[in-house]
Amino acid sequence: MRTDLAVIGAGPAGLAAALAASARGVGVTLVDAAAEPGGQFYRQPAAGLGAGRPEALHHRWRTWERLRDGLAASAVRVLTEHHVWCVERTPQGFTVHALLGPEQEEPAEVPARAVLLATGGYEQVLPFPGWTLPGVVTAGGAQAMLKGGLVVPGRRAVVAGTGPLLLPVATGLAAAGVEVAALVESTDPGRLARHGPALAGKLPEGAGYAARLLRHRVPVLARHTVVRAHGDDRLTGVTVAALDAGRVRPGTERQLPCDTLAVGHGMLPHTDLADGLGCRLDGLAAAVDAEQRTDVPGVWAAGEATGIGGAALALAEGHIAGCSAAARLRGTTPDPAPAAVKARTRLRRSAAALDSAYAPPAHWPEQVTDDTVVCRCEEVTAGAVRDALDLGAGDERTVKLLTRAGMGWCQGRMCSAAVAGLAGCPPTPSRRPFARPVPLGVLARQHYSQEGPS
Amino acid sequence: MNESLTCDVVVVGAGVVGAACALYAARAGLDAVVVDRGPVAGGTTGAGEGNLLVSDKEPGPELELALLSARLWAELAREGLGKAVEYEAKGGVVVAGSEAARAGLEELAAGQRAAGVEAVSVPADRLTDLEPYLAPGLAGGVHYPQDAQVMPALAAAHLLRASGARLLTGREVTGVLRGPGGAVRGVHTDKGDIHAPAVVNAAGTWGGEVAARAGVALPVLPRRGFVLVTEPLPPRVRHKVYAADYVADVASDSAALQTSPVVEGTPAGPVLIGASRERVGFDRSLSLPALRALAAGATRLFPFLAGVRAMRTYAGFRPYLPDHLPAIGPDPRAPGLHHACGHEGAGIGLATGTGHLIAQVLTGQAPGLDLGPFRPDRFTEEAE
Repeated sequence: MRTDLAVIGAGPAGLAAALAASARGVGVTLVDAAAEPGGQFYRQPAAGLGAGRPEALHHRWRTWERLRDGLAASAVRVLTEHHVWCVERTPQGFTVHALLGPEQEEPAEVPARAVLLATGGYEQVLPFPGWTLPGVVTAGGAQAMLKGGLVVPGRRAVVAGTGPLLLPVATGLAAAGVEVAALVESTDPGRLARHGPALAGKLPEGAGYAARLLRHRVPVLARHTVVRAHGDDRLTGVTVAALDAGRVRPGTERQLPCDTLAVGHGMLPHTDLADGLGCRLDGLAAAVDAEQRTDVPGVWAAGEATGIGGAALALAEGHIAGCSAAARLRGTTPDPAPAAVKARTRLRRSAAALDSAYAPPAHWPEQVTDDTVVCRCEEVTAGAVRDALDLGAGDERTVKLLTRAGMGWCQGRMCSAAVAGLAGCPPTPSRRPFARPVPLGVLARQHYSQEGPS
Repeated sequence: MNESLTCDVVVVGAGVVGAACALYAARAGLDAVVVDRGPVAGGTTGAGEGNLLVSDKEPGPELELALLSARLWAELAREGLGKAVEYEAKGGVVVAGSEAARAGLEELAAGQRAAGVEAVSVPADRLTDLEPYLAPGLAGGVHYPQDAQVMPALAAAHLLRASGARLLTGREVTGVLRGPGGAVRGVHTDKGDIHAPAVVNAAGTWGGEVAARAGVALPVLPRRGFVLVTEPLPPRVRHKVYAADYVADVASDSAALQTSPVVEGTPAGPVLIGASRERVGFDRSLSLPALRALAAGATRLFPFLAGVRAMRTYAGFRPYLPDHLPAIGPDPRAPGLHHACGHEGAGIGLATGTGHLIAQVLTGQAPGLDLGPFRPDRFTEEAE
């Protein structure tokens, strides 16, 4: 069924965009891979789990209720469990190609006049010795387990890495009854203070987390890093050390016993579909104008895909993008809520401040021993990456060609930044024309239906 | 950092052809420097499948070069490079879908046999002895035991390492230094000059531009191809398998999209599916019609592939010359300049022979093959 606007991703940005566009009279189809709308931010416990108070795990629950109820009352067509692998430009506009359900074998197509990419972001984790041990999870993964499964990942946890996500993960685990042995943040709190004015809006939120950390007696180790995870067949503890100018200060190492390590080093934008459509990227994010339009006519983008900034910014950008798409499709003038435009300006400023304040330790590759696996899909070690550099690779792509790092199931989503770091070059966006694997039979059938059998 | 260097020969291009030129030049006693504006294997080499084919070549100079190259690849593998470059003497199987195609294939094979190619006719009912998962109903095929495979990026990197040549990556050749009488004296780069009495243009699709910077014309053009890469699988496709119409496509002059499936397994597990051919300049954007046609062709040959997932796809640009033969040898228009480019989709396979011939010319020996058909100035004469 043809639609005016296909919104891809039903997280905060996609929901806000779909509601704004639908309210302005265009036909909207909201496409998402999960079983329920909400995205990672508003991840819901599965209905069968019978969660009594899911709101306890979320902040801004009322915003979610408003979006959820708004969606139910709207004319938006919601397509869940649709895994989009490609958006194709056609003479009539676009075709969104998806694979259905958990098996992702059967195809579905959504023809649309315009497309709005709200594809979100994914977590970055940099390697360190022992990071592949069972018991080591990503910070976002730990949070998803809490939100989606109501499962507590362990009994004694360390939360480590860098970025604003570590705070809610530490407090969330503590509130769920996990003993949090330490919150290990590599950033210097002084760097955040320097961005005071830009972060003014974030201060109450930060103060709230600080109070909760205090209440749960979570020790905060700032300017520290995890240098190694220990254990034979599963995690038994970590070694942490103090940082000095981005390097481990010798003699400061100490062990913390734990059965869970939740680690994260920030977020990266999901730009596979944008890149496949030929949209210009700005660094690692999709580039957009004031109306959230990409440089490809008929394609809008909002939320983390256009730069990591959090749910509130994604809501504002989604609203602005939805208003613009509706207006451009109907030949009217965009009318976004002035509050959303103001919020976007303010939140982008604080996102930029957070982004420059939170950074992995400058010399993190020094801690990665040669036997540390960097690419988990293809089991490529840091030593193999260093050999490739010795063979004449000077960039991420050549390391990939010579070692297969980044060629496996995750297509480098997990290891791309690590490989770039080890190669000593800035991370570059990877080209993934297939946003997810697609059965050859699906492609072949499309050939016959379009060209006629040969 | 600017530095001035002196050596016997500057090879422009760190792809597999440049690497082979450096290797054989070094073995002939020359001090070689390899310079590339990008990294090792950053151009067509990095986008190649690693075909070392004799089966897809009609009798003539290219087939002779392919046979020489196949012997040299096998020699390098025996010397110990085989594992590092993932050399596999797996052989090729060309299958025909119809009786007419089978007759055409047999005729080609007869000519190839006369030129020294091992080509074993396989009746329809014996095809599954070679490839158990082939589709039923094929008319027959020919088995080519000399076809082989390498991993192209590893091949370039390890040939370069074995050459011992100095490798300068991230350094662009901005001009060719000429002396009195027009003789080549080296190259000018964005990071300093490299002085040498000989320069080898192994710049692949960029070869026309390098020639232009030396003041000569060489009409190298790009021909785009997509490769589909599947999820890793247990070994099911044993040979390099393709349909008989592939040979016609390779030799075709058409600009429109042509696809004939080439299917092969790799030591790492994924199956590679080529090979589309279209002339669209350097446009790298995804072409779903090309990928659908590749998938349709591959599943027609191997029905089990319909349930296998494509993980990724990439585009590459084959450097071709108007008569589909490479330019190999000295350029009389610029004494000291040698060309080793324009190998189209066969550069990995033809690299060793090309490097060997270039080294012979550089050291004043008579080349082992007649270089007449590969003369780099052959297009100029036509234009005049």
